[in-house]
Amino acid sequence: MSENILLEVKGIDKSFGATKALNGMSFQLLKGEVHAIVGENGAGKSTLMNIIAGIFAPDSGEIYIEGKRVEIKNPHEAEKHGIGFVHQEIALCPDVSVAENIFMSEINKNKRFTVNYKKLYDRASKILKPLANINPRKLVADLSISNQQVVEIAKALSMNCKIIIFDEPTAALSEKEAESLFKIIRELKSNGIGIIYISHRMAEVFSLCDRVTVMRDGRLIDTKNINETDSKEIVNLMVGREIGDIYPPKRDSSTCSKETIFEIREFSDGKRFQNISFDLKEGEILGLAGLVGAGRSEVAQSVCALNSKISGEVYYQGSRIDIKSPGESIKHGIVYLTEDRKSAGLFLDLSIKWNISAMKLLNVSKKGLIQNHLETNQCDTFIRELGIKCSGMNQNLSSLSGGNQQKVLLAKLLTVKPRIVFMDEPTRGIDVGAKNEIHRLIRKLANQGTGIVLISSELPEIVGMCDRVVVMHEGRLSGVVVDEEINEKKIIQLASGV
Amino acid sequence: MSAMNNVQVESTIIKRNPFLSILKQIKNMREMNIILIIIAVCVIMSFASPYFLTWGNIESIVMQFSTEGIVVIGMTVMLILGGIDISVGSIMCFSMVLPAKIFLAGVNPWISALAGLVACLIIGAINGFFVTKVGLHPFITTLATAGIIRGACYVLTQGSQISLYTLPDSFKYIGLGKVSGIPFIIVLFIIIVIISDFMLRKTSVLRNVFYTGSNEKAARFSGINVDKVKFWVFVLCAGLTGLAGIIFMARFGMATPNFGVGLEMTAIASAVIGGASMSGGKGTVFGSILGICLYYLISSSLILLHVNAYWQEFARGLILLIAISIDSIGEMRKSRRSYKAAA
Repeated sequence: MSENILLEVKGIDKSFGATKALNGMSFQLLKGEVHAIVGENGAGKSTLMNIIAGIFAPDSGEIYIEGKRVEIKNPHEAEKHGIGFVHQEIALCPDVSVAENIFMSEINKNKRFTVNYKKLYDRASKILKPLANINPRKLVADLSISNQQVVEIAKALSMNCKIIIFDEPTAALSEKEAESLFKIIRELKSNGIGIIYISHRMAEVFSLCDRVTVMRDGRLIDTKNINETDSKEIVNLMVGREIGDIYPPKRDSSTCSKETIFEIREFSDGKRFQNISFDLKEGEILGLAGLVGAGRSEVAQSVCALNSKISGEVYYQGSRIDIKSPGESIKHGIVYLTEDRKSAGLFLDLSIKWNISAMKLLNVSKKGLIQNHLETNQCDTFIRELGIKCSGMNQNLSSLSGGNQQKVLLAKLLTVKPRIVFMDEPTRGIDVGAKNEIHRLIRKLANQGTGIVLISSELPEIVGMCDRVVVMHEGRLSGVVVDEEINEKKIIQLASGV
Repeated sequence: MSAMNNVQVESTIIKRNPFLSILKQIKNMREMNIILIIIAVCVIMSFASPYFLTWGNIESIVMQFSTEGIVVIGMTVMLILGGIDISVGSIMCFSMVLPAKIFLAGVNPWISALAGLVACLIIGAINGFFVTKVGLHPFITTLATAGIIRGACYVLTQGSQISLYTLPDSFKYIGLGKVSGIPFIIVLFIIIVIISDFMLRKTSVLRNVFYTGSNEKAARFSGINVDKVKFWVFVLCAGLTGLAGIIFMARFGMATPNFGVGLEMTAIASAVIGGASMSGGKGTVFGSILGICLYYLISSSLILLHVNAYWQEFARGLILLIAISIDSIGEMRKSRRSYKAAA
């Protein structure tokens, strides 16, 4: 058994100033196993991985690779020990070819003046072949996200890694692409490579992994064999408290109002979607489901004038609304919660307070002058109501965890007292505890009369949250499902165009 | 669920002693570092030269940055936007040359000055147009207009200096008058600084510049008319520069086509020393003024120390490098201290 231990960390401590990120963390990785690491945001998963990958040095503790004690002082040394990292956010050079990305560090270390490109492309093809059909000469920027990920894997393989760390690999992948990734992982496993798999998605963890380690507050909570536990137990271990029903109760379809409050008709943009029409009833959460690339975000953005359209009408409570700019859309109370909170939703170098005020400065100003007490009160109210964990409202947004950042984004939208909210992947990249809170907030909003259109690629979320689901396939409406038909199988069928 | 939320309420905001936190805020303020450096230089200089702590010297230093400081304010807003304007030197020259020519043609000096100002606003509008509607990068746009406007200055003056000794005293008062012993230029400058600092911190209009500069896409998604914001910042920057030019014209009583060369570099450097970032979203009026104050403090000190005038530019470059390095190292340390692992 001990010959099988590929990687072992013992008693790892790591602090950043006053924050203790890891507290006596210990963990073992066996040869040929897929080992999941789960935990809420802030549990210390990334920090642990960064230490193993040589990005930080631990304050104390030991690392053993195949029984030998090692010190990993930088990513270079990690590479030499055979540790590869496939990051959540692709860490490749987009304007450089696939082959050059794969062999980048080798090219760097080579003392020769010139590069033998033919040989480079040949070697790249050899590594890529069993993984996916990718042309090694193509620029990384021209590849799909899932192919970019394959290139990252190829990069790890080219260095003959014995240990590969995957950080939230399926966050940006469609179901089909995720399946190919799992196939690759299973093959790597059969070659004796040890895989550390970080994910928030219980379904994947349970279908792919052999063992799972739960972390909380920088500590090891428990390590279990997958077949000896279930997702409910794991989630409870992660959060440290009983999470009741995973999703808040839906509205009672027999007693609720059937009144249509919002409707879009014949929306087309000539490129990504055509003839999209659907309506939203009072108090309901309408799901907008589909595969990645089906055009859902584009529809929502078009309605809110963040994207162009060639046709389409919007009706609120029966009367037609003309929306010509994002500002007008917001004035009408129709807002879009972006799926890309970092690049399109939040101002990362500004404070929480400023972020929340951004969408409607009118709320906190008199005659064009911003009133500090109004702004502070507004921010305070939202921090309390949404349970945003922070050390103060002047805290810089970049130092909040993903879940809390998402709450700030939601708070920002709520300042305009919206009537209709298009929520695009509202819980992406967020841990189970925060996800739950956001789901409850969404249902609470719907119950209070705000119309919600929920765009999500996570089927369990669609099935668990939505009262009705509109499904899109390649830019067109594929179908609408209600009541008992709201299940993963039916939705995938419609989403795949079957 | 509400019980869960209540538990979190206790732990969401850590209560802090308000007095201590204000002190800490002041300590962390970007401006504190610069103030300390300024104080350090003053202390050193007061020992190094007997002329340093005289009213005459102090007034001369303040006079030097009081007018260029107006341009620095405009540049600060531009940097907060995440933009840049390297045509300010040419614009300032133009706002001396054009009114000079108009005045010498017989027009009332006040109207000439107004005409110059309006012309500068139009140039700003042109810059803004090319950046927003044509989609050009601010650097390239203002590089081009810099050449065009500087060329226009040479054409208007035919390369020679224009003398304005016929300017009436009422107009010359702007540049040479005193208000109970303090030069009008300094008084005007202080008023402008107070107003612009207030506006930058308090008005919604200027808050939108911060949002646009911090994350343009997020600003757009938040309903801010990003094009409008950018356009008006270009107009503002050019307008403030024009005002500075008029003041110089009143003070020196002449206009030359090679005035203001290098102004853009001084303005940008001052703002950056004061805490503005080239990538946008950050900056204060107060900080930028400290930046230009430091510059002129060093320049004057070098002269008092009988250092060869040619070392001025060398010294300016060195100050900028040191100041932003100190800042950058401070930022790196700060970001490691407040690191929060986000998976």
